[in-house]
Amino acid sequence: MFRSNVLVCGGTGCTSSHSEQIIEKLNEEIKAQGLDKEVNVIRTGCFGLCALGPIMVVYPEGAFYSRVTPEDVPEIVSEHLLKGRIVTRLLYQETVVDENTTKSLNETTFYAKQMRIALRNCGVINPELIDEYIAQDGYAALGKVLTEMTPQQVIDTMLASGLRGRGGAGFPTGLKWKFAAANAADQKYACCNADEGDPGAFMDRSVLEGDPHSVLEAMAIAGYAIGASQGYIYIRAEYPIAVKRLQIAIQQARDYGLLGKNIFDSGFDFDIDIRLGAGAFVCGEETALMTSIEGKRGEPRVRPPFPALKGLFGKPTVLNNVETYANIPQIILKGADWFKSIGTEKSPGTKVFALGGKITNTGLVEVPMGTTLREVVEDIGGGVPGGHTFKAAQTGGPSGGCIPASLIDTPIDYDNLIAIGSMMGSGGLIVMDETTCMVDIAKFFLEFTVDESCGKCTPCRVGTKRLLEILDKITKGNGTLEDIDRMEELCYYIKENSLCGLGQTAPNPVLSTLKYFRDEYVAHVTEHRCPAGACKALTNFHIEADKCKGCTLCARNCPVGAISGKVKEAHVIDTEKCIKCGVCMEKCKFNAVVKK
Amino acid sequence: MKSLAELQAIRDKARASVNIRENAEAETRVLVGMATCGIAAGARPVLNAFVEEVAKRGLKDTMVTQTGCIGICQYEPVVEIVTPGKEKVTYVKMTAEKAVRVVNDHLVNGNVVTEYTIGANAIGAK
Repeated sequence: MFRSNVLVCGGTGCTSSHSEQIIEKLNEEIKAQGLDKEVNVIRTGCFGLCALGPIMVVYPEGAFYSRVTPEDVPEIVSEHLLKGRIVTRLLYQETVVDENTTKSLNETTFYAKQMRIALRNCGVINPELIDEYIAQDGYAALGKVLTEMTPQQVIDTMLASGLRGRGGAGFPTGLKWKFAAANAADQKYACCNADEGDPGAFMDRSVLEGDPHSVLEAMAIAGYAIGASQGYIYIRAEYPIAVKRLQIAIQQARDYGLLGKNIFDSGFDFDIDIRLGAGAFVCGEETALMTSIEGKRGEPRVRPPFPALKGLFGKPTVLNNVETYANIPQIILKGADWFKSIGTEKSPGTKVFALGGKITNTGLVEVPMGTTLREVVEDIGGGVPGGHTFKAAQTGGPSGGCIPASLIDTPIDYDNLIAIGSMMGSGGLIVMDETTCMVDIAKFFLEFTVDESCGKCTPCRVGTKRLLEILDKITKGNGTLEDIDRMEELCYYIKENSLCGLGQTAPNPVLSTLKYFRDEYVAHVTEHRCPAGACKALTNFHIEADKCKGCTLCARNCPVGAISGKVKEAHVIDTEKCIKCGVCMEKCKFNAVVKK
Repeated sequence: MKSLAELQAIRDKARASVNIRENAEAETRVLVGMATCGIAAGARPVLNAFVEEVAKRGLKDTMVTQTGCIGICQYEPVVEIVTPGKEKVTYVKMTAEKAVRVVNDHLVNGNVVTEYTIGANAIGAK
């Protein structure tokens, strides 16, 4: 019996900031102090507050340590674990009330407005121990389904819950299952789409890293509902921690007989295998994903027939996203009415967002649908750092669009986002401030889709390339007003003539930035000016003579020797030589360097 | 896995190790003095006895934790039991055996073990 549990985040973010070494060091120190029978060190999944990683939480006190380094470990062990004195300087400052009191993590602004269903076990259990998952009512939903419910009842529950696909499109999950169940076949498949490819999105990875069993359990439930005996998880090879934990989880579930033959003595057989993707964005599209599992080149095909009729190996298949699956055991256990009571009428439940970009609390948040963007950005996210102002948020990655500051009070759900020209997407939420150029952002996403277009359809393969060329021309100051109109026309053409979601949504970043920030495009074209000062070709650095004290700091740091001037006299930048690296601006102590 | 009962058995067994992570806002707090004086006087076996006994009894609303020096070093190991709405009880010169009895009588049945408290011991010491 351990008197204390030390939970260390083992998600990808914290692992990259040395949480592995922290765990090693902890075990070492704990052994040295003879506490190894009293203190249990557990590597968990993501806590969500990635900006403050590596994160460590010590129970029973619930002390939340942030930005821990391996060097801090001896102090934590000798002070906190041995003598019971919390190391206040390492605490997440928001949890510190005064010298002797701390408040619970759930009361901090980051966690207070969150509601965790899909992430409920992330940062709570050891994802490599099936017993800890079972302790949190894991596999009870599968047990309930197999012993008390018919497949039809399972489908009815899913339909009643109103759960919609969390991969982005928002198709009702129950309906998908109903169609697949209705098609008779000798073999069916229940698959999981873990090919999370949007730049800036990492919620599926975090669920798999922090709570892999919830996905396995839900896949088995899906298998029972539609009559499938085999499942595949298609996951990208770039997620090594998630893959490893899935492998461990599958093995443990097999050992316990929670996967395999005759589960719960019900006569139901189900097993799961992993298929690794090589990281092609298009393989997140369902038909391309299944083609890839079959061992062929990952290209989409025409729908219909839909996967529910002819999917993997030509058999009826359901394919759901990781986060969708992670909700399902809870829906089975707590009922459809409970789930419907959360979120909005047409989008029940919660959504996980990966907060990134110009935001204080970079990380993973789960909020009820209908939460406004303002609450997510300002309250949970802690606002835009560095005294900058919120300009827009990009949702849905390369398939989505931007939400400008004027619409910050929009309640986030599937239909509202579509209505304002963006989309839910898988849940990446990139915050931008006034130093972000919207044309440049559109260009960034187009570069991505140009790379990732599989090349099957000409409008997508060639069209996105042409779009990118026009954007490039505009950011260099060589665009014309006709270019903007032509670009818009091309966007609609690509959307209408592409086979799969990649091409159909690729122009969205351009269209939505044009919709809300057309003036920025126009400024680039007519005034040869980048209002955000981000497009290098259109900005020049100047030294304001009246502010310059002639300290020579800029001149000494300029890598190309573009700054000249005498000591104690105003300096001048030679714009011909200047490479616009911005070092002078960073170094100047008198704010004399300006971008124009 | 052949039955729900089998799953339930694993769940109950594993529950004890996970429980501790949800007790941060527990009602009753058992504070074991673990400063240098406490440790030297043998506070660690006391702490562990409390943890085990509380888990054995399945006291979900009780959190066993450490605290620093209270200032009465000659009475270590000192254990304080704080329950909202009730007066704080301070046990002194604790041992693992005494801890078992405190869990039994005080935490489970609500009867303070007067003979182990600071009041009884301070007078006895004179």
